[in-house]
Amino acid sequence: MSETSPSSNSADNDATREFLTFTLGTEEYGIDILKVQEIRGYDAVTHIANTPEFIKGVINLRGVIVPIVDLRIKFNLGTAGYNPFTVVIILNVAGRVIGIVVDGVSDVTILDSAQIKPPPELASTLDTHFIQGLGTKDDRMIILIDIEALLTSPAMELIDA
Amino acid sequence: MAKTILAVDDSASIRQMVAFTLKGAGYEVVEAVDGEDGLNKAKSKPFNLVLTDQNMPKMDGITLIKSLRAIPQYKSTPILVLTTEAGDAMKSQGKAAGATGWLVKPFDPQKLMDVVKKVIG
Amino acid sequence: MTVDMSQFYEVFFEEAAEHLASMESLLLKLDINAPDADELNAIFRAAHSIKGGSGTFGFTDMTGVTHILENLLDKIRKGEIALRQEMIDVFLETGDVLKAQLDVHRSGGASVDEATVASVCDVLAKMTSEESAPAASSAPTRSTAPVGGKTRFHLAFKRVAKAKLENLLRELSENGDLKVQEESGNENLSIMLDTTLSETELLELIQFVVSLKQVVLATGEIDPTEFAREAFGFFAGNPGAPEAPLVAEEDDGFGLFISPAELKSQQEADAGFGLFEDAPGMEQIKQGEAAAAAPSKPTVVAPAKPTAPATANAEGASIRVSVEKVDQLINLVGELVITQAMLAQTTANVDPTLYEVLLNSVAQLERNTRDLQESVMSIRMMPISFVFSRFPRVVRDVATKLGKQVELRTIGEGTELDKGLIEKIADPLTHLVRNSLDHGIEMPETRIAAGKDPKGTLTLRASHQGGNIVIEVSDDGGGLSRERIIAKAKEKGIPVSDSMTDQEVWLLIFAPGFSTAEVVTDVSGRGVGMDVVKRNIEGMGGRVELDSKTGVGTTVTIRLPLTLAILDGMSVAVGDEIFIIPLNYIIESLQPAEQDVKTVASEGRVVNVRGEYLPLMAMHSLFNIKPKTRDPSKGILVIIESDGNKAALLVDGLVGQHQVVIKSLETNFRKVRGISAATIMGDGKVALILDMVALVRMARN
Repeated sequence: MSETSPSSNSADNDATREFLTFTLGTEEYGIDILKVQEIRGYDAVTHIANTPEFIKGVINLRGVIVPIVDLRIKFNLGTAGYNPFTVVIILNVAGRVIGIVVDGVSDVTILDSAQIKPPPELASTLDTHFIQGLGTKDDRMIILIDIEALLTSPAMELIDA
Repeated sequence: MAKTILAVDDSASIRQMVAFTLKGAGYEVVEAVDGEDGLNKAKSKPFNLVLTDQNMPKMDGITLIKSLRAIPQYKSTPILVLTTEAGDAMKSQGKAAGATGWLVKPFDPQKLMDVVKKVIG
Repeated sequence: MTVDMSQFYEVFFEEAAEHLASMESLLLKLDINAPDADELNAIFRAAHSIKGGSGTFGFTDMTGVTHILENLLDKIRKGEIALRQEMIDVFLETGDVLKAQLDVHRSGGASVDEATVASVCDVLAKMTSEESAPAASSAPTRSTAPVGGKTRFHLAFKRVAKAKLENLLRELSENGDLKVQEESGNENLSIMLDTTLSETELLELIQFVVSLKQVVLATGEIDPTEFAREAFGFFAGNPGAPEAPLVAEEDDGFGLFISPAELKSQQEADAGFGLFEDAPGMEQIKQGEAAAAAPSKPTVVAPAKPTAPATANAEGASIRVSVEKVDQLINLVGELVITQAMLAQTTANVDPTLYEVLLNSVAQLERNTRDLQESVMSIRMMPISFVFSRFPRVVRDVATKLGKQVELRTIGEGTELDKGLIEKIADPLTHLVRNSLDHGIEMPETRIAAGKDPKGTLTLRASHQGGNIVIEVSDDGGGLSRERIIAKAKEKGIPVSDSMTDQEVWLLIFAPGFSTAEVVTDVSGRGVGMDVVKRNIEGMGGRVELDSKTGVGTTVTIRLPLTLAILDGMSVAVGDEIFIIPLNYIIESLQPAEQDVKTVASEGRVVNVRGEYLPLMAMHSLFNIKPKTRDPSKGILVIIESDGNKAALLVDGLVGQHQVVIKSLETNFRKVRGISAATIMGDGKVALILDMVALVRMARN
């Protein structure tokens, strides 16, 4: 884990960075590609009682018990339906393996620092300090989020306080 | 080809330290946990140098040296005794058994290197 | 070259701890009147190894203590000093000091009390010198004691021209009392000088005359823990010695000897002293060793006898591997077991005539997997002797303190169990042993009055029974008193009835806050122990049973799974979910009659199980699941017990009994109330393992 602080990602100056982009509803998000372990379909989640609705439960990922979070529910974006085409991005954050459910994975986008603008101050369900910046590419706006900081935040209830 | 050294000591930590030091200097090191083990290993392949502890279970260093010297192949192989007892009695015993020299414990890796270099280059 | 020595510390710590443990067990076994030579040698070697290692890795406090210990041990093993009981006591005490020192190096913390260390060393040194006084008088006359405010230096010169030597001796004699000790050959000389000069001053003086390379100097004031500085040498003429002439040697403390013949004759001529004074390095070596043995005392140098072959502790052809690596292997095999189970489940429905080869292969895979799992598990297995070995000491100490006579018998020390369990079972077992010594075995006079041997027997027995390991702690003491326990329980407000069976009465002992001792002693504590013992053992997936007969004795039986990685579980269905209940908490399962289920204050439900009202917990409401049935009389009640409290758990149905591989939920997620871990079922799905202790607590609140 070389990147632990939320700000370390955005501090890079001229270097280009790769983001995995995905959609939640109509919005496009980007996360550091280095945090992504794999992408897989949604299946066989074991529900865990008395957890928030966005925590779907745990799956068996080749013998590892991995929690699955539905970001669509967390951020009230898109419709939370589940079928074999529902996508789960398996992430490696803060030494943990966590899966997130999204509407669809677009592609890997390379952005240089000129294409990343600081986020405006605004009120949204997604706490703005998890937004590293707004990326622009071919008229698309990509919301770049610090996925590690987001998933390890107390609001996600994924980690013992 | 790297020179090979047989390190015989019942203490795993000392053995590791010796092996680590000598391997770092480019020697090939085989470890043995006591005299008996050392003798068996020495019989299985030739070594350029044998480093042995004195006090060990099963077979002590002196007995090991005597046994090695009885093997034609080890007639002139350098053998060093690592010992905390540097008394004359130990030395004469070591010498009588056919040891090439001794090295008093505790020793630091540098000293070990110096002695080994001196003996087998 | 710099080598980071700290990388070897962990190995040394482990090794030293093993040596200390084996030293202790050997000491306790030792027959004082006729000590076994092999055992004495083994004890000596353990101390010796710790000394060597601690010196090498810079833990000089341990070196100091082991050195003094070793001196006495050496004399004992050579028969120069007779072994006495109080020596064993001191040796054990020294072992404790060393253990404490080791702990400080290992995990930091407060350093060992200096006074304790000093007093132990003092006693050891006294025992060594008192007894060996006659021997010491016949020892070489070399003394390193300072004389009249002067420091005694030992100097050896090598190949110094005669004219120079004479010059030098004159210089030196003007600065102190000079004594020529040895003159071997014309140009080699060793002297002893008592002088007020400091070492530096002395060296400066010598430097005027001869090169310092030709001199070895040492004082009698070397720190006992600081051994000879790097000292080594060669036996010239022996095979393998470098051929370089000795004067050409650049190193300090390095030299070559003369011919073997000369060595021999001189050796005979002058017993053990002054042989190789001519060789640089010799003086240092001897000085260091003399100083190390006792700073200002003549020392008998121990000729190292070839030691007899060791008794036990065959390290043999073993390797040390980190537990992490082993655990990874176990994990991977766990995965394989699951994959194999999935494969077996998938192929269960295929046509056996069409897929005969496939089915045979799957069957073969199952056997291979099971064998592999067993072998891998066995890596983590350790004999229970690792725990049992501490008890001779515990029994000895506690029995002495209480004035009781107790003989400890251990049976089945070779029985293996998981390393994790070994670590966890030590404390509960110690408590049971102390409890037996304190409350079980009677005072000698009481025993005699009862017509028993004044010496009580405490037996520790381990064995394998099926997939479990069974450990028994039994004593031939007074046994439990039914009346007293019932009276005590009533006094403590624990519900009892006179119709309780003996078994049920005995189990009251494990109730929180219960103690049968009339007097609280510092041996088994304030009676808070037994419930903790039971809880700890249950936490390991085990069970405790107790059997007692008045006047005959008490036996506590512990049943444990062989490993912590696997659990015997009952899988139960609730709605679409499967949960695992650890089998060791289950008493029975039943389908209640409708009239047996009652409500209390319209909310809580209880169920009447053979006259006992148990709180009823519906799994579906605890875990927010849509069940197949909400009616207890249509579902199944699993009666569970934890901490002596029972509860009934309502589930839709029982699915089956399995051994499941335990997976932590906290690796990637967090703690979940009511859930202890997860496992993976044959179909690849995750099933949650219930935390029975938490559930029973939830039922009570």
